[in-house]
Amino acid sequence: MNEIVEIAPLEEFGEAVAAPQCARAPVGLLAELTHRCPLQCPYCSNPLELERVNTELTTAEWQDVMRQAAELGILQIHLSGGEPTVRKDLEDIVEVAAKAGLYTNLITAGVTLTRDRLKKLKDLGLDHVQLSIQDVDEENAERISAYKGGLAKKRELGQWVREFDMPLTINAPIHRHNIKNLPRIIDFAVEMGAERLEVANIQYYAWALKNRAALMPTRAEFMKSAEIVEEAKERLKGILVFDFVVPDYYAKTPKPCMGGWGRGIMNITPSGKVLPCHAAETVPGLQFDNVRNRRLADIWLNGQAFEAYRGTSWMKEPCKSCPRAEIDFGGCRCQAMAFTGDAANTDPACKFSPYHAAFVATAERESAEANPPNFIYRRVGGASKTPE
Amino acid sequence: MTESTMRTRTIIALASKPSLPNHIKLRHDAGRGRWLILAPERVFEPDEISVEILKRCDGATSVEDIASVLAKEYNAPLQDIIKDTISMLQELSDKGVVKA
Repeated sequence: MNEIVEIAPLEEFGEAVAAPQCARAPVGLLAELTHRCPLQCPYCSNPLELERVNTELTTAEWQDVMRQAAELGILQIHLSGGEPTVRKDLEDIVEVAAKAGLYTNLITAGVTLTRDRLKKLKDLGLDHVQLSIQDVDEENAERISAYKGGLAKKRELGQWVREFDMPLTINAPIHRHNIKNLPRIIDFAVEMGAERLEVANIQYYAWALKNRAALMPTRAEFMKSAEIVEEAKERLKGILVFDFVVPDYYAKTPKPCMGGWGRGIMNITPSGKVLPCHAAETVPGLQFDNVRNRRLADIWLNGQAFEAYRGTSWMKEPCKSCPRAEIDFGGCRCQAMAFTGDAANTDPACKFSPYHAAFVATAERESAEANPPNFIYRRVGGASKTPE
Repeated sequence: MTESTMRTRTIIALASKPSLPNHIKLRHDAGRGRWLILAPERVFEPDEISVEILKRCDGATSVEDIASVLAKEYNAPLQDIIKDTISMLQELSDKGVVKA
């Protein structure tokens, strides 16, 4: 990127960014401030074993994490959960993160945040709000989230975000129960004044994996949705930026999960466990360090869990000799573990995986089921079949 | 129809006076001597020329003036610089990184 006259387009990078302390610092940190959430969406990315409130890091501990993250060279902090606004000290954490120079992103379901609190967060330096929606059909949204009156609250939050001149991303997890409403979801994002829309086909880990048969759309539905996004991208150029997360089960090549293991992103759980990705606890043989007893930079650089699948040296065939080895890094270790029983296998989303045919057949069989199973709602203590 | 549904695409022209929205941060990474653009859930690494353009996007200077200064500085044909500046700013505007 040193051309003088020719202006090359900007490069977006998921690549490790140089920083004062650590040449391989991650770009982003996903901070799960709490696993508490008023919603019970059956595709939640939190682990099935939700961490309890009495194990959560204290305000001072999270603030120290923010300072360490900035020192390490992390650029963006994603304040997530559960529902991060359930933490009464969110303001204190945002304030320290912003002062440390981190780009702060609040990932919220938008049903607990008040106007005053949002204003305060903005004044303290909050840079961006990502608001999730379950559907634009109110009744369906309530059934998916097991929460009444959410959509009206989300609309209200969207208005406040605009009022305070903050950027807004709408995140729409997509599955068989709302995929038909995609055009209306796109309209909703435009109407809310969002700059970005994440059309996030469900990634089947944790609760979503448990509910896969209830959530999987058909291939035809997915193909149709891809067309809708392509058309809308063109029509809404300069108005709405799209992020389209393709479903693994209908893919031919896997995603570079987390931009490569231990490469672009780290995740910290409410109790301070530092993970290479939010589902990493499903991979056996990994030891997870805790920010309570080890420095973040040391964990990132030397932690056993990060070293285990970093780079390409752990790979077996077909990954090892694959020209895409450093493009997709063999996809997702957690998905490989869940579907093939070995985290070092290639992600079954890859067409070169010996498990790929079975992987695709599973999605086709489950999505073709006329009467899918009921949701197993996400809640502490696990797997009940009906909302409270 | 609400105001927001009537948003239209910004088209960058010679007279446009581009600026960075408040939430977009052009930041110098002193440790490695590089510039970064921090945007919602995105990080961009602008090349040298892009940085020179972005530094001049103050909401008061026109694209034409930005290009004139750069053409002199880099001793390059003005028409080429104008073309490249507009195309780069249009791309960034479409990504929400620049407003005008």
